[in-house]
Formats: sequence, C-alpha cells, structure tokens
Amino acid sequence: MLYRETGQFKTSYKADMAVFPIRQDRIGLAVILLLAFVATPLFGSAFLLSAVMIPLLVFALAALGLNLLTGYTGQLSLGTAGFMGVGAYACYKLTTFFPEVNLIVWILASGFFSAAVGVLFGLPSLRIKGFYLAVATLAAQFFLQWCFIRIPWLYNNNVSGAIEAPVRTLFGMPITGPHATPELRYLVVLSIVALLTWIASNLVHGRVGRSWMAVRDMDIAAELMGIRLLPTKLLAFAVSSFYCGVAGALMVFLWYGSAEPEVFSISQSFLILFMVIIGGLGSLIGSFFGAALIYGLPIVLKSLFPMLGLSVGAATIEHITFMVVGAMIIGFLIVEPHGLASIWRTIKQKLRVWPFPY
Amino acid sequence: MGYMSKVLLSAASGAAMLLGGQLAPVQAQDGKDANFVPLFTYRTGPFSGSGIPIANGMRDYLEMLNQRDGGIGGAKIVIEECETGYDTKKGLECYEAVKGRNPVMVNPWSTGITLPLIPRAAVDRIPVLSMAYGLSASADGQTFPWIFNPPNTYWDGLSVIIKHIADELGGLDKLKGKKIGYIYLDAGFGKEPIPMFEQFAKDLGFELKLYPVAATDMQNQSSQWLGVRRDKPDYMVMYGWGALNPTAIKEAARINYPMDRFVSIWWPSEDDARSAGPGAKGFRELNWHGVGTDFPVLKDIQKHVIDKGLSKVAKGKEGEVLYNRGVYNSMLIAEGIRNAQKLTGKKAVTGEDVRRGLEAINLTPERLKELGMEGFTDPLKLSCADHNGHGAAFVQEWDGQKYVKIGGPIKPMEDKVGPVAAAAAKDYVEKNAGWPKRTEACDSK
Repeated sequence: MLYRETGQFKTSYKADMAVFPIRQDRIGLAVILLLAFVATPLFGSAFLLSAVMIPLLVFALAALGLNLLTGYTGQLSLGTAGFMGVGAYACYKLTTFFPEVNLIVWILASGFFSAAVGVLFGLPSLRIKGFYLAVATLAAQFFLQWCFIRIPWLYNNNVSGAIEAPVRTLFGMPITGPHATPELRYLVVLSIVALLTWIASNLVHGRVGRSWMAVRDMDIAAELMGIRLLPTKLLAFAVSSFYCGVAGALMVFLWYGSAEPEVFSISQSFLILFMVIIGGLGSLIGSFFGAALIYGLPIVLKSLFPMLGLSVGAATIEHITFMVVGAMIIGFLIVEPHGLASIWRTIKQKLRVWPFPY
Repeated sequence: MGYMSKVLLSAASGAAMLLGGQLAPVQAQDGKDANFVPLFTYRTGPFSGSGIPIANGMRDYLEMLNQRDGGIGGAKIVIEECETGYDTKKGLECYEAVKGRNPVMVNPWSTGITLPLIPRAAVDRIPVLSMAYGLSASADGQTFPWIFNPPNTYWDGLSVIIKHIADELGGLDKLKGKKIGYIYLDAGFGKEPIPMFEQFAKDLGFELKLYPVAATDMQNQSSQWLGVRRDKPDYMVMYGWGALNPTAIKEAARINYPMDRFVSIWWPSEDDARSAGPGAKGFRELNWHGVGTDFPVLKDIQKHVIDKGLSKVAKGKEGEVLYNRGVYNSMLIAEGIRNAQKLTGKKAVTGEDVRRGLEAINLTPERLKELGMEGFTDPLKLSCADHNGHGAAFVQEWDGQKYVKIGGPIKPMEDKVGPVAAAAAKDYVEKNAGWPKRTEACDSK
C-alpha cells in the first residue's frame, strides 16, 4: 500500500534513470531530511544530539568514504582511521595557522590533505590486490598513527600530546569548544554529511562510479573496455580518503573536542570496515545502516535495561551488549550476506508488490 | 513474509534508539536530599585489569558511607556506574548521559576522556576530579578552577623517583655519570615527563635512555628489553598502564635486571608483579596511600559492605593497591561533598558547590583519623591556587606476596616541578585562545 505506483509514467530517459524513480521514495527522502534538519534539532535532547546523532553521522560519513573504495571499487583498505587522522590533524594545523578563516572551509580543505595521503598509499594498488593490498593499507594505518605520536609539530608541541579544538564561530555563534550548542554542531555535521552524500550519490551514479564498479567486478575486462586502471583506482583512493579525512576532522572538532592519537587506532579502522560490511558493500544507504547498527545499537541496549526497570550493573550491560551485537551481526550476515542495504532492497521490493506477492 | 518480522524489528530498533536518547537522562535522585555521584568505570576491555579494582574501591567506599552513615551529612549518595571501557567515545557518551542530571563531579579515570572534559567543565559547572592523572598542568587552580588532580602530578612523581634513586646512591651528586633508562607508554601520559627528565639529566649529569612502548605493542616489549640488556642502565624508570606493566616486569625478570633498581610510577598492581613470578621480587613503585586492610576505614568497608554482600570485589582482593586507590579517590569525593555542605548549608549540593568544597579540602592528621585513615595517607591541603597539593609519595617494594613500604615519604622537588607546571599551564592557555579567566570566587583566604 505504501508504494502505489499507479499513474507514475516515465516519459523521458532522464526520468527513467533518476536516482529515485518512484515518487514515494522522493517523498520519503524529503520527510527524512525534514526530520533530520528540523524535527531532530527542535525536539531532540542534548544527549540524543551530541551522543547519538553527531557520532552516528560522523561514522556514517567515514563508512561512506570506505564504501566508495571497498564497496564500489573493490579495494580493501584498513587505513581508514589513519586517513581520518590525517584530516583531523590537517584541520588542526590549518585552523591554528589561519584562525581567521572559517572552520568549515578548513574541515573541507583538510579532506584534500587526506586525499593526497590516500593517493600516496593507493599507489601500490595497481600491482597488488585483495589481502595484499589490505596489508599495504595496514602499513599506512601504522605509519600515520606513528606520525601522530612522534611528530610534535603535528600537535603544536602540546604537552599532553593531544590536539584540542580551539573555539571557532559560524555567524557569530561558536561551533566548537564548550559553548557550542549541540543543535548547531549537529546541524553543521548534518549539512556537511548531506552535501557529501549527495556528491557521492552523483559520483557513483555517473561515469566515475561506473568505471569504479567495472574495476571492482573484473579489472581486466574493465581495462579492455578502455578504463585506465591506475587513475581510476587512485581516484577512488583520493575520494575515499577525502571523505574519511572530513569525517576525522568533524569527529575531533565537532564531537570529541580533543583527541589523542589513540583515537585513530587500528580498532577504529576495523569498526568502520564492519559498518561497511554489515551495512552493505557498494551501497550508500548501507553506510548509514551500518553506522546505525554498530554505533547505535549498543546505546539502545544500554538504555533498554533501565527503561525496563531492570537494575543491571554497567559492566554486565556492556557484556550483554557485546554478545547481542555480535549475535545480531552474525544473524544479519546469515540472513543476508550482502548487508542491511540488501535487506532494505528486498523489503522495498516486497512493499512495492504488497499485498500481492509473487 | 519472513521479512515482515525484520521490518518490524528494524523499525522497532530505530524507534527505540530515538526514544532511548530521550529517556536516558532519567531521574537522578530518588529522595529529596541526595547527591548524584556518577562513576566512570571500566570493568571490560583491555584495561579492565586495572579498572576493576579501582571501580570496586570507589564504589565500596561510597556504599560504606551510605550503609554506615546514611550518606554524607544526611544526604544519601546516589552511585551510578557508567562503563567506559577506557574508550574516549564511550566516556563522552557517559558524560553526555549524566551531565543533565546534576552530578556533583565526574571522575573520568582516563586521560583521553579527561582532556575533552577540561574546557567543558567550566561551562557545564561540573568539576572534574582526575586523581593523579590527566593534564598535569591542570594543578594550577587559577587557570583551571574546575579541574582537580590531587595528590601529585606525574612530574612530581618523576622528581620523587629521582630523589629516591639519589637516596639509594647517597646523594644527588652521585647521579653524575650514571645511566637511567626510561620505559614508557608512547602516548601523552608517558611522554609528558620526558622534557623534565631531560632537564634532570642535564642538571645532575646522568645519561637518559628512552624505551618507548607503543600502545599497540604493550605485550611485546622484547626489542625494548634487548636494548636495556645492551645499554645496561643503572636504573630503570617506568610509566606504564594496562598490559604494559606486567609485561615489562616479566621481561625485566627474564633478563635478570636487578629489580630493586626498577622503579615505577604508581600504577602497577599486585597482579602485575605477581604474574612475573618470583623474579619480580624487589620491584619498586611509588604510592601515596597504604595497602592492605589494617586501617579502620577498610575494616568499615569490610563490615558494612563486603560482609553484607554489597560489593563486587573478589574475596581477599580488598586492600590491594588499586582497590585502596579507588577508596582514596572516593574519600576525596566525599570530602568535597562534605565541605560543600558546610560551605553552603545545603544537604543536596551542586557541582558548583562541590568545586568550592574540593578547593577547601584540608586533610589534617586529625581529619584523617576521623576518616579512619590514620597512617593510610599523608595530610593534603588544596587551595584555590593549588588543585594538586603536590604531596609526598613513598616507595614500596614487592616482596613476592605483597607490596611493603620502604623508607619514608619523599617530597617532590617543588623548585624543579613548579616552573614546568606553570609554563605548561601558560602554554595551554596560549594555545587555546580565549581561555576564560578565573571568575570563580575563592573561599579560603
């Protein structure tokens, strides 16, 4: 009933090839955007905004970046946290060198630094594939984290060895630092994530995305069709690292407020890789699903026990959370190895023909 | 239609997530007069070995006050643990969850969580008590009115270790020409003392060898100890945490490094030393409070909490180094609340009141006796300018079964540490342009 497509005729190729060909999808997207941009900041509590939504969006953006590389181009990367770190540290250096420039400019600009580093570590991708490439990107992860610890210039010689987000304003209102309201921080993060998601959607639906997918599905065939492998793969590394870099900068400036190098450790890389795998390789919406499941579910479970009136120790809840999330991951992967995005596609297909399944 | 169930499931989890966010900050206080003390603990994850005894000690002391005295000054203590797993992400989540519920203070128990909270403390009006960890520079109360890190900083600790080594050798001048190795966690915490260590090396004429251990390699230190075997330092100093400590002690025992020349900052526990076997005998570390249960305060905890089955501590684990450290931490919390009640005349106090209460902490020998802590720890006095106290520490030695105090209290070298701390506080303010000037009034003269 949700999808009554009667009367929706496509009269042009453009309409037929649209990203959202069904009207209900377009309405749904508008509703989601309205909820995200208006309802959430208006009615959400400070906890929901700063401890749930902002982290979720940051992780979704990082997962999106990795998805472009791993899901769309088929290049396995374990250096995500390292690339996020490059973005964070670049943004920190830029905004302390040029404090008068708007922070948002630097957040986006820091992505380019991350992209450059990504290209550098993407160079071996022409020669090595699969697990071997994963090892090469693992080297990037360790090397970059080593830099964050060992090069005092990167953190302005702070005694604590951490980078601290200085106070920056947007339209006269602080967006970083202790006085920044969760609403404003959330809106800034949401705007950047929405913008970058829109760009990613255009990328993957266009020539670039098609060549990425061609390389992923069979690189020799892609090469025979005239796709130049090295530029294509390097572009994927660059774009992916750009997204991760921006996510890293958002993480430190609009979420954490300060970060030790430990934040950008290998476990963070794995976390984001899991989000991509659970969410669905080669799916933009999957990145959001993955982030919601891996990051959001523990928070839900944590608040579930007090809500049910059960008094359980904090550590016990943590253990239960570990087990439940682990079981759910395995469960989801058994039911649908292609991730939550695939489940969503199936649901949508069922809904379109409901109530007359065939 | 097997998928319909999944639709419902995902929809339900989505809805629950939104609701969960709204409902998480539920009521903090069950009675009218109560003080909410959130405890950020880590009983899970790679650092739980240290986290569990600390969490038990902190909780049991406060629970003992609830059981024995009905709370503090007639107001019950609402204790709630929030599991951080030593993870900054989860720590911030915990902070967001408790901050709207009028917590009297937070104890992050992780430097990574402390740092983001430092600028927020003044805005949210919630004092941060980072006991002997966190940002050493935050000892300066004029710059950081909301941050407290008694009773000593890592810099104080280093100067105490140097003094201890000098005492062993027979004077500070005897350090000349010696070689001292420094094995440390290659993160902010371990790196903080290095500039000062280098200064000491220059002033006193000893040679400093650095052996950094990356956080990812805490359990694999063979290359560092190979270096130790080659360099043969006369003394080894350690700043470690988590799995670094037991591994280092084990490796030191393996290469037969003389244990009585291996001095650590105050974090290794009994388990860390015990796991290295008999070879660990003689290992030394700093401490500022008693170990064991031969103190009235610990007897009270045993009587009112452990014997009633209200504690999670494993049998016989009470009284261990980190457990007693948790007790000490909670004693500071309780003193802060008690002083705040005295200053304001209210029973249920706020973070703002407790900030004043913490500045008024004055643990005289008489007060310690009242607290059942005679001989447990040294007197401590905080003030508006000094949020640390820079108290004395002593050295304790592992005898194969337990830590035994050797020698008396050693005062930190104030003349060396003071300027470094002041410079660091100044540096922090400069780098964080717009750092607010202290506007909080001062209660003590």
